Amino acid sequence: MKFSLSWLKQHLDTDASLTEIVDAMTMAGLEVEGVENPAEKLAAFSVAKCLEAEKHPNADRLRVCKVDTKDGIKQIVCGAPNARAGIWVIYAPVGAYVPGIDVTLKKAKIRDVESLGMMCSAREMEAGDDHDGIIELVGDDWEIGGDAAAALGLNDPVIDFEVTPNRPDWLGVRGIARDLAAAGLGTLKDDTFGTIKGSFDCPVEIEIDAPEACPAFAGRVVRGVKNGPSPEWLQQQLIAIGLRPISALVDITNFLSIDRARPLHVYDMAKLSGSICARWGNGENFEALDGKDYDTTSDMCVIADDERVLGFGGVMGGTYSGCSENTIDVFIECAYFDPKITRATGRATGIESDAKYRFERGVDPAYVEAGLDAATQMVLDFCGGEASHATMTGTPPVFSRTIEFPLSEVKRLTGLDLGQDEIANILTGLGFSGDMPNNGNNDVWQVNVPSWRGDAVGKADLVEEIARIYGFDKLPQVSLRRAPGAVKPLATPLQNRARRGRRALAGAGYLDAVTWSFCAREDAALFNGGGDELVLANPISSELDCMRPSALVHLVRAAQRNADRGVADLALMEIGPVYLSDGPNDQRLTLAGIVRSNPRRHWSGTCERDVFDIKADVQMALEAMGAPVANLQVSAETSSYWHPGRSGALRLGPKNLLAEFGEIHPGILAKLGVDGPLLGFEVWPEAIPASRAKGGRSKGAMDKSDLLPLARDFAFVVDAALPAETLVRAAKGADKALIADVNLFDVYAGKGVEDGKKSLAIEVIIQPREATLTDAQIETLSKTIITKVEKATGGVLRG
Amino acid sequence: MDDTQKLENEIAAAIGAASDEAALEAVRVDALGKKGRVSLLMRGLGKMSPEERQIAGPALNALKTRLNELIATRKDVLAEAALNARLETERLDMSLPARARTQGRIHPVSQVMDEVAVIFGDMGFAVAEGPDIEDDFHNFTALNFPPGHPARDQHDTFFLNEKEDGEQMVLRTHTSPVQIRTMVAAVERAKKTGGDLEPIRIIAPGRTYRCDSDQTHTPMFHQVEGLVIDKETHMGHLKGCLADFAATFFETEVKTRFRPHHFPFTEPSAEMDIGYERKDGQILIGQGDQWMEILGSGMVHPNVLTSVGIDPDVYQGFAFGMGIDRLAMLKYGIPDLRDFFAADARWLKHYGFSPLLQPNLATGLSS
Repeated sequence: MKFSLSWLKQHLDTDASLTEIVDAMTMAGLEVEGVENPAEKLAAFSVAKCLEAEKHPNADRLRVCKVDTKDGIKQIVCGAPNARAGIWVIYAPVGAYVPGIDVTLKKAKIRDVESLGMMCSAREMEAGDDHDGIIELVGDDWEIGGDAAAALGLNDPVIDFEVTPNRPDWLGVRGIARDLAAAGLGTLKDDTFGTIKGSFDCPVEIEIDAPEACPAFAGRVVRGVKNGPSPEWLQQQLIAIGLRPISALVDITNFLSIDRARPLHVYDMAKLSGSICARWGNGENFEALDGKDYDTTSDMCVIADDERVLGFGGVMGGTYSGCSENTIDVFIECAYFDPKITRATGRATGIESDAKYRFERGVDPAYVEAGLDAATQMVLDFCGGEASHATMTGTPPVFSRTIEFPLSEVKRLTGLDLGQDEIANILTGLGFSGDMPNNGNNDVWQVNVPSWRGDAVGKADLVEEIARIYGFDKLPQVSLRRAPGAVKPLATPLQNRARRGRRALAGAGYLDAVTWSFCAREDAALFNGGGDELVLANPISSELDCMRPSALVHLVRAAQRNADRGVADLALMEIGPVYLSDGPNDQRLTLAGIVRSNPRRHWSGTCERDVFDIKADVQMALEAMGAPVANLQVSAETSSYWHPGRSGALRLGPKNLLAEFGEIHPGILAKLGVDGPLLGFEVWPEAIPASRAKGGRSKGAMDKSDLLPLARDFAFVVDAALPAETLVRAAKGADKALIADVNLFDVYAGKGVEDGKKSLAIEVIIQPREATLTDAQIETLSKTIITKVEKATGGVLRG
Repeated sequence: MDDTQKLENEIAAAIGAASDEAALEAVRVDALGKKGRVSLLMRGLGKMSPEERQIAGPALNALKTRLNELIATRKDVLAEAALNARLETERLDMSLPARARTQGRIHPVSQVMDEVAVIFGDMGFAVAEGPDIEDDFHNFTALNFPPGHPARDQHDTFFLNEKEDGEQMVLRTHTSPVQIRTMVAAVERAKKTGGDLEPIRIIAPGRTYRCDSDQTHTPMFHQVEGLVIDKETHMGHLKGCLADFAATFFETEVKTRFRPHHFPFTEPSAEMDIGYERKDGQILIGQGDQWMEILGSGMVHPNVLTSVGIDPDVYQGFAFGMGIDRLAMLKYGIPDLRDFFAADARWLKHYGFSPLLQPNLATGLSS
């Protein structure tokens, strides 16, 4: 919302400076977004007088002028037809920047005659469209060197501020003035508009067939008007805030829309036929004032006569019935349109208009007839004519609201101690009424809400008004301390897991990335996602139109982007959400990572990371997150986006999947245009069982023995397909007390081992517990290990 | 000089002259071995008279001891020399590049989320979470944005495809739905136990989404929500809590200013500005005469409390929300929001944090 300082001062009697006004607006909740002072742009320009204007010796159309300026008498060559002796002009000196032609003036010779500066046209100063000649100031009451902006009436700063949707009354300058007056910045002037009595019955009959959309429609006719340009001051005021003056009748409606947040519409009576009706659309088509054709539908409110649709009610009028300079009789519409229906029509048509903006936020329902009178007054003042009686069909929504207001609410919600007088002053200043301050007789007030403050509903709203106008800066400031006593954990176990997993992997070289929660639907499908319920109806692009099933989607693509930029050796991870479906419990936290191992050559020999490095990273991360890593079972059954032979899953029991890792499926890489091989993993922190810590935080006794552990090696020939883990587990299980660890150190197939078989060699670490083991005991244990392993694997000890 | 002395001198000279361990061993055998010269003299003791023996015996023993010491000393010298000679051949060029073992980096968003959790944790706030895909009730209606409310338009909401029953889920446009979920859960707990509503103090960091994309807006971004509900927290606490947060987060004194604003789910509502100045193209947070909006806040609207079944005449409190990404950009001088989500290794290495920099107040938030 833009308004000029002089416009504000038509409603607010104040000595406050521009800065004070801007600050007061900000602190009252009218967030100023910009102040434009045209005078600043024109600071270099000043008033001057043309003393002589002789024909240029070498050019018929140019004149050589002597100009009396603040810098003394200057010779200026000028091409304007109206350059002549005796006129007051606007002078731009050498060195001045002329915005309208984007030139900084230099000393010049024009056809061999020196020219020092310039006399400007309105367009050259960006002070108007006129470029027929240089500006001639009217009258003779000017001073050489006077401020050009002031001389042109352009010293009126324009303030732009954000109107929050709760305050439609701020869409009128008078509403702004009221808040500033309440905030102590001046006095709200009396309203200059009164009531108008007509002299004949309104000849136009008004009907309402869509009372939900248009509950009230007031109108009247003014006969015999002359619709010329509106007065200079009104044109200036509209231009200052960026509106184009059109004609008096149209300018009046624009003025009242800005001045009173009251949109109106004017119709040329000569174009109307029969009665005027506010009704639902019926599929008709019409041309609106923006020059575009619109189809009407049955959920849009239109204004129509007996022949045709004239416009969208509360949104935009039509071209056909608009007023022109030939208009003699005018019909003025002042109606109340429903906010929601107006908003819906605006959405459906894409029309943005000042009227729609106000009606959808809600105009003052008590300012329908008064608004019509204000408009009529201005029409009579500017265009003459004779007004009919006003006529109104329907009734605007009755606004009558009283809030029971215990004064203690102020202190309860703000901590502020305010006296009754202070509270009453603020509320009455804003237009609230009631028996207050009532001499302290009652500390529960009945406060009546003014009709333009539909946002004020309950006592909290009144507290806000009081705190806002009194000043948030004057509220107490009290530090918030935690409750005394022991601190309970403030993070959930899952949050702690995520944090530890992230930092553990970063410690191991992974870069922590954050990528989009959405991806291309085709990409989602490659990772077993892309369901209908996860597709966005209004995506920002087709690359981001579906909620992701896996964080790998973006990480895999990022691997290629980084490689294309020269980062070929890369470890990326992300902890973030993935989406199985659209319910509140269908979101999962994932810890995903990718590794492209492409280490630079090293003088001592280069070591590429492979799937077993990834397995180690996953186990390390799981351990950091509190998973019982030693108990996890590895299987080769993994999701379809992994390389079927080079990936594994870590489970705790058959159903609880904790992680998958391996090479990304080469087919998927090819579809994504990513060079392989690429390693990756996905960990599911939610699948990690909660630690069942019993007996508090004690770690229990340490298991240590003073006896030297010993190692024994065994090799078994087993089926090539046998998972090594089966063998290791069997060996470990041979004697849980004595066997401390089993380390698989060799895998061999080839000469000496039958086809379809492989040899696995393990080192078993035996930890004697109470006494050193005898040779016989060791021999017995070895036999047990061999028996158990052979039984579990179907293999045989390698002889 | 008698013969013994002469013998000792000879052997000592031989020990000193032995150039390696083998030579030294030969000298030892020659002197002290079974048939060594000293051993032979010792053997001769048996043929002596007791008187002679009393003199010669101790002298020979002492000689043997001295020679053994000389040999041991020489042995050490030779061993050290031999070691030195070997080490001389074992020189490596320490200027050769090491085998790289690089640490990864923590994303600024993760780091700042941890920082924020630490600061509010110190004030007793727990960390709550909620889903990114929300229903209309939690994202709007319960937060006092009735259907058709113009404030909804300001949210540039992402919608999911309409379901068969006509329901249309949204991507949460703010973290505020977590307020609703937290309060609903607290009300249910109170109902179960039959006791009073427990005081609520939570922050809810997370991903949020708006259909908007330019240099300062990305379709996904991060917010942290805050909520305090009890029987006495008023707007003064809101001011204190958030001003303390700003100073702790930026690790310097920070001027703050609270301005009235409008949010449907708070009443009164305020935005907090912090002071800053520009110096040499840098933004310096804290002092200066410029103001920058940093967060929205307010006292929880009675309609919101009512919508979750909390009596607004008994309970009250405040809520706030702020952008994590923006906090990170301001504190750590990161210029472009769009780079946050590109997973560009160069950017992550440059703007990321060491994993060992786990934020806490004891060491300094970011040190």
